[in-house]
Amino acid sequence: MTLIVTDLSVARGGIPVLEGVSFALEPGRALILRGPNGIGKTTLLRTVAGLQPPLKGRIAGAEDQIAYAAHSDGLKPTLTVAENLTFWASVFGRSGIEQALDSFDLQSLRDRHAGALSAGQKRRLGLSRMLVTDRPVWIMDEPTVSLDANSVAMFAAAIRRHLEQGGSALIATHIDLGLEAEVLDTGPHKAKPPEIDDFDGGFL
Amino acid sequence: MIALLLRDLKLALRAGGGFGLGLAFFLIVTVMVPFSVGPQSELLSRIAPGVLWLGALLACLLSLDRLLALDWEDGSLDLLATAPLPLESIVTIKALAHWITTGLPLVLAAPVLGVLLNLPAPGFLWLVISLLLGTPALSVIGTFGAALTVGLKRGGLLMSLLVMPLYVPTLIFGSEVARRGAEDMAVQTPLLLLAGISAASIALLPFASAAVLRVNLR
Amino acid sequence: MSIWEYANPKKFLTTSEKVMPALWVSSAVLISAGLIWGFFFTPDDYRQGSTVKIIFLHVPSALMAINAWFMMLVASLVWVIRRHHVSALAARAAAPIGVVMTVIALITGAFWGQPMWGTWWAWDPRLTSFLVLFLFYLGYIALWEAIDNPDTAADLTSILCLVGSVFAVLSRYAVNFWNQGLHQGASLSLDEKENVHDAFSSPLYVCMAGFALLFLALVLYRTGTEIRARRIKALMARERLEA
Repeated sequence: MTLIVTDLSVARGGIPVLEGVSFALEPGRALILRGPNGIGKTTLLRTVAGLQPPLKGRIAGAEDQIAYAAHSDGLKPTLTVAENLTFWASVFGRSGIEQALDSFDLQSLRDRHAGALSAGQKRRLGLSRMLVTDRPVWIMDEPTVSLDANSVAMFAAAIRRHLEQGGSALIATHIDLGLEAEVLDTGPHKAKPPEIDDFDGGFL
Repeated sequence: MIALLLRDLKLALRAGGGFGLGLAFFLIVTVMVPFSVGPQSELLSRIAPGVLWLGALLACLLSLDRLLALDWEDGSLDLLATAPLPLESIVTIKALAHWITTGLPLVLAAPVLGVLLNLPAPGFLWLVISLLLGTPALSVIGTFGAALTVGLKRGGLLMSLLVMPLYVPTLIFGSEVARRGAEDMAVQTPLLLLAGISAASIALLPFASAAVLRVNLR
Repeated sequence: MSIWEYANPKKFLTTSEKVMPALWVSSAVLISAGLIWGFFFTPDDYRQGSTVKIIFLHVPSALMAINAWFMMLVASLVWVIRRHHVSALAARAAAPIGVVMTVIALITGAFWGQPMWGTWWAWDPRLTSFLVLFLFYLGYIALWEAIDNPDTAADLTSILCLVGSVFAVLSRYAVNFWNQGLHQGASLSLDEKENVHDAFSSPLYVCMAGFALLFLALVLYRTGTEIRARRIKALMARERLEA
């Protein structure tokens, strides 16, 4: 399933931030989003993930295909690592968390409460959630925050395996993951302010 | 869906989950009433149905701000919204979990507190029945209020302001059932109206809650 | 020519500025005429004396209190369906006017009730439903004030308005039921249809028309203010965008 984004404009708080974004993400490929802070990478990812409507443009091939990893991991501190993962697996109608635990070296922590994990361990748990969803398109927002070099390598390996199995990934990151990936620079897509006299129903 | 319900129940029961806080609040409020109106047992037994209903309502209200706010803060709500569950069923499950952890214990505790307030003997049955029928409406309406205010810091007070007027019909019919029951009068009309409000709220309000949540998530 | 062209903020502002002077003047003329006629040129009621004349403030304000909510409901629906910003802002603008009308109705009602019933307040169904309406208004306004993003606020408040309307009607019936239950039918209800004599009804209609025009003028005025406030916000956001 190819994810095709055509001439997408996205808005944050009612104000356009990016416009004219187009790309196609084929199975087995990864696309890295780059751009300065505040340009709207998160907004773009949330729009593609279906959390907010686009201002303009079309997104095709996203329906029920996407697993989304945000800044926060959605972990419950009073549940154990295994319980957290099992929950997300069953929400997506899957079972079997062992492979995800193995991929991110969480086996030894499986009965630890998520609240007792370090920031990096939490992040690893959050990322391992992507594996249990069994969705082909991964959309990830700064996935490597608070990961050490070792864990970043673990993460890159997981992405590579996912791509080999025919999945695809759309990642906003500043780190070089060592992937063969296209890069989309969001800088040129920064939304231009509309004409000042254009005082219409949108006010802007 | 069952996974979400089980997780919410588990979270409520674990340390810091807040299970029992609503119940304790209900107890405290009920105990404070005789201190404020005086210990005459005749007066207490007259106001007992209304006081117990109001106490249950406040206890419900108190626990609403955790209903969606916790999932909002740790990002679970974003992730749930991209999961294959429709938001309508997510808010319904959340309301159900709230009812099981808050509403149901209140229903079960009410007769005990009725003893403290000299509730007349015929009133116990109708008190329990009216709460059993009415607390689901309180949970569902409360979920709507929680969804409206989920993105706001210190939304708790605002939520009370929004939810309380919506609670008016449920409170009126619910406590009317309990009061008439205690006075050995016919309860059928308010009972049916209460059941009607509950059924309609459960059927329709999740759509409003989901719509509101979608707006708040974007 | 469609009425939706007035959903353009600019068009709305220019048109409303043209009609507003006429509205202000005619509402002022009608209200003062109605009140002077009502206060000085109608007979005293044989039972209520001159107290009855508060009806000329009480009934029109109560009418407007309900109609303001109804207008908000329609404007909210228009926003939800057609996404016209002016509509959402008109709903926002109408709410405080509705609150003031509700408060006027409640206070004049209390002044009327005191000599008539010997009490400032009774939990009569009509009084109680106005009190509940007042609470609904407060919640609605508080929600508008609490949310920064104007589109989010418009969406949330319009859904609250829709849900609230259903529950307001439910409360009205619940309150009716509840008080009958308490008073076994002995109600303090003011049955205007029976009470109002012809001598009172004509100035009352004049007052009601005046209040309606006043409400319209206030809504247009306040909506214009809201539009300008939004415009300023948009311009400031634009400046940030350019920086």
